[in-house]
Amino acid sequence: MKILVPVKRVPDPATTIRVLPDGSGIATDNVKWVINPFDEIAIEEALRIKEKQGSGEVVLAAVGQQSWQEQLRTGLAMGADRALLVRTDAALDTLAIARLLAKLAEDQKPDIIILGKQAIDDDSNQVGQMLAEMLGWPQATFASKVEFQDRKCTVVREVDGGLETIGFDLPAIVTTDLRLNEPRYASLPGIMKARKKELKEIPAESLGVDLTPKLKIKKLDPPPKRQAGRKVASVEELVQVLHNEAKVI
Amino acid sequence: MGDVLVFAEHQQGKFPKSSLTAILAGQELAQKRGGKAVAVVASDNPDSLASELAKYGCAKVVALAHPALKNYLADAHAQALAALVKSSGAEYVLATATAMGKDLMPRLAARLGAPMASEIVAINEDGTLIRPMYAGNALATIEMDGPVKVVTVRATAFDAAKPADSPAPVEKVNAEIDGASARMQFVAFNQTKSDRPQLIEARIVVSGGRGLKSGDNFKTVLEPLVDEMGAAMGASRAAVDAGFVPNDLQVGQTGKVVAPELYVAVGISGAIQHLAGMKDSKVIAAINKDEEAPIFSVADYGLVADLFKAVPEMVQEVKKLKQS
Repeated sequence: MKILVPVKRVPDPATTIRVLPDGSGIATDNVKWVINPFDEIAIEEALRIKEKQGSGEVVLAAVGQQSWQEQLRTGLAMGADRALLVRTDAALDTLAIARLLAKLAEDQKPDIIILGKQAIDDDSNQVGQMLAEMLGWPQATFASKVEFQDRKCTVVREVDGGLETIGFDLPAIVTTDLRLNEPRYASLPGIMKARKKELKEIPAESLGVDLTPKLKIKKLDPPPKRQAGRKVASVEELVQVLHNEAKVI
Repeated sequence: MGDVLVFAEHQQGKFPKSSLTAILAGQELAQKRGGKAVAVVASDNPDSLASELAKYGCAKVVALAHPALKNYLADAHAQALAALVKSSGAEYVLATATAMGKDLMPRLAARLGAPMASEIVAINEDGTLIRPMYAGNALATIEMDGPVKVVTVRATAFDAAKPADSPAPVEKVNAEIDGASARMQFVAFNQTKSDRPQLIEARIVVSGGRGLKSGDNFKTVLEPLVDEMGAAMGASRAAVDAGFVPNDLQVGQTGKVVAPELYVAVGISGAIQHLAGMKDSKVIAAINKDEEAPIFSVADYGLVADLFKAVPEMVQEVKKLKQS
């Protein structure tokens, strides 16, 4: 099975994010960049499918700057076979990113595309679903279990109030939720091998896609700060202040 | 121009509070854009749902009917809604960012070639929208271009619509869905059985973290407090990652966002990703044995204590309070 895994470069989730004083973006000095955690789960799932089936290919894809090579190399070190970087320095919206990925999919013809349910920087949770519509494929978002029987795929989804199971024929899109798997670390031999794997750059302009953003971020503001309250000395005092002072119980 | 189609999700024949939130947010957006709000319900048999929806003060209710709309599936619903958006000339399509809203609306946006703003928390007078990014560490002001725009709203950021004086007219529309949508099939829904309030709707939320140490301790230590307080139970991502509780209890950036009157954080250190899901709660109380835990920087009331002693004591204190 050929599996395409789009990945995004994001600030390490442990990084404290600060908005620049002029509101034009976030401070990126001292930011460590990593693969979006949900995309790491996607890479892991793709590798497990390939390992279980004993054959197949895991192709990584990204849309971004030169520096994104770093995250693609990390994914290759985890075990992916090759990577594609659609090169652009422009600020793209989710529609443009999905269109570029759809072009790659038409060219690569994967059996399944697996990606994170959301990127932890912009928290949009859109690209997988948009890609599914553009390709005219079924979608299974927020997956916590993915199973195959020939060309049939069954996915258990994390939805409000329980778990939903849906089924469909490939090709299709799956977006990953937290409990799908626990991603592996890249091994030292894996890192050595990754250096020789193919990482192909494709200029975004060459794909013939309208990249004009329809959504623009005018500015960023820091959120209002919540003031720390006070410490109480005992459980009795806690219950009393919640009752008498805060009046919430 | 300026009209807003509000997709009202239904569950087991009813509209959850999150759908009424979408209606009020849709009405606010329509008013600021000089249009009207139209509520939409989709089902194989939408008649009784539509008359229920008509109570909440929209200009009109559209009942989209088609056998393929029996169970929610993204493809069929996106097709039906997209056709309606085109024929109605609406400028916005809006839904609440529930699991269904998050699944459906981006697919709809792509079908319409429309930009989408996810989980907005405010609507400015000039029509720009505010949405959190970076786990709530930044609030972005968003501007969208094009004849149609798609929006999801954060359930906790808007109030729920209340019944109006007179019901809205209902228009039944046979939905346009092609056979290709049959590629996706609904197989089953396993509902988490619980008598507790829903996490995003509860007045009080009691959440546990890694400090609970095991799934058993959630049951024997935390749950008695949850039930004594009539609360919903939540958890930190660390507790979900450790396998103590299911993921649908997760409060945080990548789980549920809650804003109850009272949020009690038990054995939760307070990672940025967790704070993103609860820092808009009206009152926050935290119990943690580490007095340096970041959770205390947002808590109104902090108790530095061993939760295994403090929580059973709190159950007794709350019980006493209720009896007095």
